[in-house]
Amino acid sequence: MNRLLLVRYGEIALKGKNRPFFEKKLLQNIRYSLKGLEPFEVLFQRGRYFVKISTENLSSAQRRLQRVFGIVSISTVTQSNLDLDEICRNALETVKEIYNPGMTFKVNTRRANKKFPYTSPEVSSAVGAYLLKSNLNLKVDVHHPDTIIYIDIRGKKAYLYSRVIQGLGGLPVGVAGRGLLLLSGGIDSPVAGWLALKRGVEIETLHFHSPPFTGEGAVNKVRDLCRTLSSYGGKITLHLAPFTEIQKELRLNCPETMVITLMRRAMFRIAERLAIKKNIPVLFTGESLGQVASQTLENIVAINAVTNIPVLRPLIGFDKEEIINIARKINSYSISIRPFEDCCTLFVPRHPVTRPQLKELEKAEESIPLEELIDRCLENIESTIINSGHERSERGQADAEK
Amino acid sequence: MQKNEVYLDNSATTRPYLEVSSEMQRVMLEKYGNPSSLHRRGSEGERLLQYSRQVLAEILGVSDSEIIFTSGGTESNNMAILGVARRYRKRGNHLITTAIEHSSVLEPFNLLEEEGFEVTYLIPDGKGVISPEKVAEALTPRTTLVSIMHVNNEIGSIQPISQISEVLRERNPDIIFHVDAVQSFTKLPLSPKDQGIDLLSISAHKFHGPKGVGALYLREGILLEPISRGGGHEKGLRPGTENTPGIQGMALAAKISYRNRKEKMKKLQSLKEQFITSLKTKHPWIRLNGPGKEEGAPHIFNISFPGLKGEVILHALEEHAIYVSTGSACHSGTGTSSHVLQAIKLDQESLEGAIRFSLSHLNTREEIEYAISKTNSVIAELKNFFHATR
Repeated sequence: MNRLLLVRYGEIALKGKNRPFFEKKLLQNIRYSLKGLEPFEVLFQRGRYFVKISTENLSSAQRRLQRVFGIVSISTVTQSNLDLDEICRNALETVKEIYNPGMTFKVNTRRANKKFPYTSPEVSSAVGAYLLKSNLNLKVDVHHPDTIIYIDIRGKKAYLYSRVIQGLGGLPVGVAGRGLLLLSGGIDSPVAGWLALKRGVEIETLHFHSPPFTGEGAVNKVRDLCRTLSSYGGKITLHLAPFTEIQKELRLNCPETMVITLMRRAMFRIAERLAIKKNIPVLFTGESLGQVASQTLENIVAINAVTNIPVLRPLIGFDKEEIINIARKINSYSISIRPFEDCCTLFVPRHPVTRPQLKELEKAEESIPLEELIDRCLENIESTIINSGHERSERGQADAEK
Repeated sequence: MQKNEVYLDNSATTRPYLEVSSEMQRVMLEKYGNPSSLHRRGSEGERLLQYSRQVLAEILGVSDSEIIFTSGGTESNNMAILGVARRYRKRGNHLITTAIEHSSVLEPFNLLEEEGFEVTYLIPDGKGVISPEKVAEALTPRTTLVSIMHVNNEIGSIQPISQISEVLRERNPDIIFHVDAVQSFTKLPLSPKDQGIDLLSISAHKFHGPKGVGALYLREGILLEPISRGGGHEKGLRPGTENTPGIQGMALAAKISYRNRKEKMKKLQSLKEQFITSLKTKHPWIRLNGPGKEEGAPHIFNISFPGLKGEVILHALEEHAIYVSTGSACHSGTGTSSHVLQAIKLDQESLEGAIRFSLSHLNTREEIEYAISKTNSVIAELKNFFHATR
C-alpha cells in the first residue's frame, strides 16, 4: 500500500501576501522536526503537505508533527490511482485498520478533479456497497457512524483516510520574528516560551545561575526545559549568565527587602543588553500578575522601568492552575518541579517589598558598581545551541555504542 | 577515585571495591548459567549462590538457609514488613515502627494502614534514639510486628536493638522483630541470634558492593506472605532468576568490608570526632544533630548551619571536589524537609541548613583533613554572605 501523511494547516491561509513565506517556513519546520527519520520527502500541494516516509517511521513522524506549530491536523492516508476498483480495495484496507465487528460507517467523497467520470455520491455508494459485500461485519449509518471513510479525489490520485488527528494550530515558528525568553527553573517561564513559539516567535533563552551556590542540577534542569521547548520550536540557543557576583553585591550592600526587586532589575538590564547585541527586538517573561510578591503591578513597573525594549508577558492573566495545566500538556511540568535551588530561590527575604519606590531602588543601586558588574556578566555569558529530545537520544545511543 | 576527590556520601552509596567489580565481570562472562538449569553451567551458578549465602550467614552467625537474596534494602524491607503483617494478621493487627525509618519501611506501613492495620510510629528523643521503655509502652496484645532500624541513615543514631528485643521477649515471645540494618551491616556488631532479631535487611551498595542487590535474614520458622509470585526461587519468597554476579559481588564486598571491622571503626570514630571538634571550634554557632560526637555510628554525622542553605553548602563543597548530602531536599517554601530531622524537632533554619557527612573506611586521614579545612573556609565565606543582613 502506498501510505503518506497528509498535513493540513489553517490560519496561514488567511495571511494574504505573506502566505508563500509562511508556507515555506512551515515546510522548513516540518523537515526539521523529522530529522533522524530519513529518508523522507515533504511535498507541498495545493494548500496541504504530503509526507512520504517509510512505514515503520510513520507513527513517530506523526507524533513529531503533532508538535509543529502551524499544523491544524494530520491524517495517515492511502494513495490510490484513479480507478474505482482500486479505490474500493484501498477503502477496505483503510477500514481493516480500525475494524471492530458490527461497527457502522459512512463514506464521504470529495471530488476536486471533475474529470474523474464518477460523481462524489456515485463513488461513495460504490465503495459502500463494496465494503458491505466484504466478509467484514459492517453496517452503514449515515447519521451517526462510528467511522467515516474519507475519499479525496484530486489531481491524478485519490487519497483515503479515516482518522483526523489534531495538530497544535498556531503559526509556524519563525514567521513572527525573534524573542529572548528569560527562563528560570520554574513552571511559568517555559509555558510563556511555549506560547511565544505558538504565535510564531523563534526564541532564544537566557538563564541566570549562581555558581557555586546553584549546582549542575539547576543548569541541567534548564537545559532539559530548553530541550522540551525545542521539540516544539527547532533549535534553541541557551545563554547562561553568571549572576553570583551581582547577587553577592546586592545582598551585602542593599536592604534585604529590596533584594528580589533589585535582582530582577539587574536581570532585565542584562537581558536587554543581550537582546540588542543579538538583534532581538523583544523580551518574553513568565510573569503573572500578583502571583508572588515580586509580581505585583508596582514591582512589575519598577522592574520594567530599566528597559526600553518591549517586555511581553504571555501569562499575565493566567491563574497558577491554568499555567500548570499547560505545563503538564507540553511536558515541562515534571522538569520544572525538580527540587534544585536556583538563583531566585537562594535568598528569599522574609518580607519582600511589594510597593517599591523607584527612588529608593535607584539609590540602593548606587551603592554598588552596577554597570561594571553587568558588563562582566555579559562578557561571561556562555551560549549553547540545544536540539530537541529526539536528536539527543539518538546521539546518546551513538555514544553508548562507541 | 579521581585524585583529590573526597567522597563523604557513603550512606547514599559507596564506590564498589575494585575486586568486587572484577569478580562480577568474571561471573557475568564465565559463570553465566541460570542456577536453576540442570547442566554444568547451571550448577556452577548454583554453587556461587551457595557460597555467597554461606559468606553472609557466617558474618551474621546464622544458618545458610536463613538468607534470602533480594534486589536491595528497599525490597528486603518491603518483603519483611508486608510479608509478616499479612501472614500473621489472624494473630493481631497492631504494628510498631518509628518515625525516623527509611521510606522503604514507612511506605509499606502506610500501605498496611490502608489495609486496616493499626500502626504506632514511635517518636525518638532529641538525640534520635528510641528507648526500650517507649517500645514497651506501645505494645498491645494485638501487636504482631515491631520494625526498628539499627543505625539511622541521616543522623547516625544507634537504636538499642538488644534491649528492645528483650522487652519484646518478656512481653510476648510471638512478636516478630524486624531490623533494617542497611547502614550498620559490616560496620557495627550484629548477631541476630544473640540480639533476638527475627528479620534483618541489608543492601550491598552500602558496603562497597554493587547496586541492585541485597539480602533478608529470615529466622527459621517465621513465615512470610510473598509480595511477588513466580518460579519458586528463594523458597518461593523472592521468585526471579538469581542475580548471580550481583550476589557474588555482595558476598565479596561483605567479606572485605567486615575484615578488621574494629580497627576500621576506631579510625572512623576518631576522624568523625576530629571533624566535629574542628568545625565546632571555628564556628561555635553550628549544631550537631542527633547523637553526641562520642555516641552514634562512627561513620555518619549531621550538622546544621542555621541561616545557610544546605544545598548551597553542598555545591560550595562540590567546587572543592568534596561530596556530601543535604539533610533535607528542601526547595525553599515548596519542598518537604527531612522527616528524621523533624522528628528530632529541629527549628526551620536548622532543617534548611543541615548537611550529612558519611564516611567510609576508604577515606584517608589526609582526605578528611582536607575536607575539614575546606569546610571551615567555605562556611566562613558563606556566613559572611548569607548572614549579612541578619
